[in-house]
Amino acid sequence: MKADRLVIAAGAGLFLLVLLGAVQAIAELRVVSPVFFPSPLRIAEALYRQVAAGSIWSPLAQTCARMLSGWLLAVALGIFVGAVIGSSANLASYLDPTLEFLRTLPASAVMPIFILCMGLTPQMIVSVISFGALWPVLLGSLHGFRSVEPRLLEVADTLELGRFDRLVKIEIPNAVPDILSGMRVSLAFALILSVVAEMLASVEGLGNNVLLASRSFRTSDLYAGILVLGVVGALTTAALGALERRLLRWR
Amino acid sequence: MTRLPRGLALPIAALIAWETSGRTLFQPTDTLTRPSAMAAALVQAGMDGSLVQATAETLAGAAIGFLIASVLGTAAGIVLGSSRILGGVAGPTVELLRPIPAVALIPLGLLIFGFGVRMEVMTVAFACLWPVMTVASAAVKGIDPRLIEVSRTLEIGRLEQALKFILPSIFPRLFVGLRLAAGVALVVAVTVEIAANPQGLGYRLILAQQNLRPDLAFGLLTWIGCLGWVLNRGLVGVERRYFWRFAPAKRNA
Repeated sequence: MKADRLVIAAGAGLFLLVLLGAVQAIAELRVVSPVFFPSPLRIAEALYRQVAAGSIWSPLAQTCARMLSGWLLAVALGIFVGAVIGSSANLASYLDPTLEFLRTLPASAVMPIFILCMGLTPQMIVSVISFGALWPVLLGSLHGFRSVEPRLLEVADTLELGRFDRLVKIEIPNAVPDILSGMRVSLAFALILSVVAEMLASVEGLGNNVLLASRSFRTSDLYAGILVLGVVGALTTAALGALERRLLRWR
Repeated sequence: MTRLPRGLALPIAALIAWETSGRTLFQPTDTLTRPSAMAAALVQAGMDGSLVQATAETLAGAAIGFLIASVLGTAAGIVLGSSRILGGVAGPTVELLRPIPAVALIPLGLLIFGFGVRMEVMTVAFACLWPVMTVASAAVKGIDPRLIEVSRTLEIGRLEQALKFILPSIFPRLFVGLRLAAGVALVVAVTVEIAANPQGLGYRLILAQQNLRPDLAFGLLTWIGCLGWVLNRGLVGVERRYFWRFAPAKRNA
């Protein structure tokens, strides 16, 4: 079984290499114009050039800072509001349809409104990011606080637990898994919105880099930028996944 | 039935408060508007046909991209899900491509296709591909092995096996993935239009903002929200009506 897995892992590596080789060959043979489709080696070269010249770090830091600050704001607000609404069936019956409507609203469509009200400011960008990233956390938290097993609450009644003990010992542990999966979705939203906001507001960042590369036909820089954004997405999701496994070990 | 009026209480109260304060406390400016002005702007856009045209453009971009992604995603998901070896070999490559935010492809689409429906379709299709593929592959893995054995004894071809056995048995679960992807398609289409592509509702929205028409901007935003809500509601309704008995929890009963 273990040898089996090793073979498959080796096969996966080989598959990726063969795929890259094939793409390289297609690019070398110029089946498609290199303006649209640079070879993987040229993309790697462009990436290496950016790293060597140090020009990649500032936009990378800007994008990550923007994404994380909007996301953290959304997480704090989402957990709190979700907990309040989720703990009260009465409140939820008033708010549910409104929340459902706001949730399906494309966050990027809110951006023009935010620009109207706040101008092209850094605060506007962070607000848009947190608006978009809010809903998955809020709904996760709401679901987590609402779905407490009724028998556990009965136990809490028999033990005569206070409001605070109930929250810390029963409701929060029940909500954590839902909140964490909401946080993961939110983080992906935050990255997407950072990229869109940078493109719209023309502020320094990876998203704006990609757009500028496209406008000046620096295709290998364009693909390199897309690659870096993919890596940022993968790494942040993986980090959160590791945190999730750690926090949920008790299950 | 008692839930609906309660749910409507808050939006109605907010609209009334907004309208009255808009008439007494502040005057409409370049950035502030009133719900009545918003509705009027939306009705006007509906009368002169620009709203219909923009809606059609956005929905077309979203629908074509969604269809491409559904076909490709389902096919790839079935292939990757039905063979442990293939899934293991190609899986990591898929995992490398999946985290790329679809909006990062907007500049690439712009470079290859220029403005227009094609770059929008490409971005939408990329974004929708992954949810469909993941759900299809997971659903294939969950098929009763006896069903696959039956199809083997019938000695039918691979394609026929996929179309007559695998596809019908994964469809209820696949539909959930398709519903999620349809929501993604609309969001991505609007986003592409806002960020780059001069067509559709997203572009009208950004134009309204640049022309300092908050009434039209708020109206369009509400309209986009309604489209998304109706799409989601409709698909959830179809799912409940036709597929409820296939829900995983009830399947074993």
